[in-house]
Amino acid sequence: MHGRQSKGGAAASPIKLAVKDLRISYGKAVALQGVNLEIHEHEIFGIIGPANAGKTSFLKALNRMDVFNTGMRVDGEIRFNGLDTRHLKNVYALRSRIGVVFPLPVGLPMTVYDNVALSPRWRGITNKAELDVIVQRCLTRAALWDEVKDRLGALGSLLSGGQQQRLTIARALSQEPDLLMLDEFSIAVDPVTTMRIEDVLKELRQEVTIILVTNLVQQARRLADRTAFFLNGECVEIGVTEDLFTGEVKDKRTRDYVEGRFG
Amino acid sequence: MFQASALNKRNESVQKLYRMLFGMMTLMLIAPVLLILGTLIAKGGGAISWEFLFTAPTDGMRSGGVLPALLGTVWLVMVALMLSVPIGVCAAIYLSEYAGDNWFTRTINLAIINLAGVPSIVHALFGLGAFVIFFGFGTSILAASLTLAVMTMPVVIVATRESLQAVPQAFREACWNMGATRWQTIRRVVLPNAITGILTGVILEVSRTAGETAPIMFTGAVFFTPFLPESVMDQTMALSLHLFVAATQVPGIADEVPFGIALVLIGLVLTMNSASIAFRMWLRGKKKW
Repeated sequence: MHGRQSKGGAAASPIKLAVKDLRISYGKAVALQGVNLEIHEHEIFGIIGPANAGKTSFLKALNRMDVFNTGMRVDGEIRFNGLDTRHLKNVYALRSRIGVVFPLPVGLPMTVYDNVALSPRWRGITNKAELDVIVQRCLTRAALWDEVKDRLGALGSLLSGGQQQRLTIARALSQEPDLLMLDEFSIAVDPVTTMRIEDVLKELRQEVTIILVTNLVQQARRLADRTAFFLNGECVEIGVTEDLFTGEVKDKRTRDYVEGRFG
Repeated sequence: MFQASALNKRNESVQKLYRMLFGMMTLMLIAPVLLILGTLIAKGGGAISWEFLFTAPTDGMRSGGVLPALLGTVWLVMVALMLSVPIGVCAAIYLSEYAGDNWFTRTINLAIINLAGVPSIVHALFGLGAFVIFFGFGTSILAASLTLAVMTMPVVIVATRESLQAVPQAFREACWNMGATRWQTIRRVVLPNAITGILTGVILEVSRTAGETAPIMFTGAVFFTPFLPESVMDQTMALSLHLFVAATQVPGIADEVPFGIALVLIGLVLTMNSASIAFRMWLRGKKKW
């Protein structure tokens, strides 16, 4: 139900990310190829698919993390806000506008406060009062503030798994990102926390565009406006999420996967 | 249901056997340490006095104290540390955090391992040729410390690199994904979490530097001088060489003097190590994951 309205809205919004003929390879092994897609502003875009489908490689390519992987080669065109990221000199500025949440929570070994203040400080914000506001806002939006407000000085890496994952989200939000990419965020998180984070994401779509990579097809169904199905390094299908489950699909494999017949 | 089977019992007794074996080996480790310390204290303890620590040797080293040698060793260790720690740590950061895995870095790694394997007397000859003669530093603390620094650099590099690589890669990736440069990541996340391991390397280096004799005898340490070192261009006495001289080159010297010198040397090394261990513990209390 929630999808109807936003789907209409998404179609009307400007294009945030446009990917054309994307091909990612590691040496001779091709991780992903033939990807063409457009993601609209304020859309939650789901990517589903089994392991080795190329989902994580896709996110890495968007964030230009290929720079750090000597073997990784990215061909094709990725336009973020209309700019071709493949020929971008300042990849740091690009990455700072994209927040990433990893499958396993990464609480950095510094205080909860410093975890969230890290990116603002790198942006040059040093004023304590200003940082306090940012930290509280980001932790609140990540549904973690109430649990940690009395121990902001505790080490982020000693929080529980679910808390660390929300801390990771708060840290990503502290970047004031245009785009939030979540890579199977619920893998190491209990179901209750997963639902809380899903609620957070529904709120966040007002402000940011979200790419949600997930191995739970029902999670994509609950959250994503449109969803792409990746399989063995190819993008099999892209469509309005509900259609993958109930409407017409172009490829039989899509229906098989969402109904749990393989994978 | 929970009756121990014959196999259970065998596993249990084998496990006990191994536990005992490992425990005994550990005890055997302690034995030489205790024996060395015990002998030194028994035989050299009587020589130790304020006068022994704070006066120069007199009467052809047969009486008096060890002050010039003690200060000389402190100078040598400090100058060697100041030279080798910054260079070694920076090189390790480059190798671990910046350099890719290619023939060039593999060659450098090989060179470091080889450098660690070169006997100290060879380092001594190198120091004599390079620092004393070629660079014209003469026999001086500077030349001797440079030689010691070259010799102990591999320890610093390897210890630093190991502790940098013990920092989980996920921490780096998290920072890079936020738009941090490599240096920002190193500065804020990698170094603070590797610093205790780096200090361990420094502690090892202090011990080795203070005890070395061969590299300094050609390059900066002298048999005897009544003067205390005043600059890095001075020659100096050193405890290790002084110990060798007192033990083998001075006829009629009291037995307790060489043992006393050895005790001072060990005491100095332990004091320096305790300081860095205390510093390390203080840091560890602050940072933990």
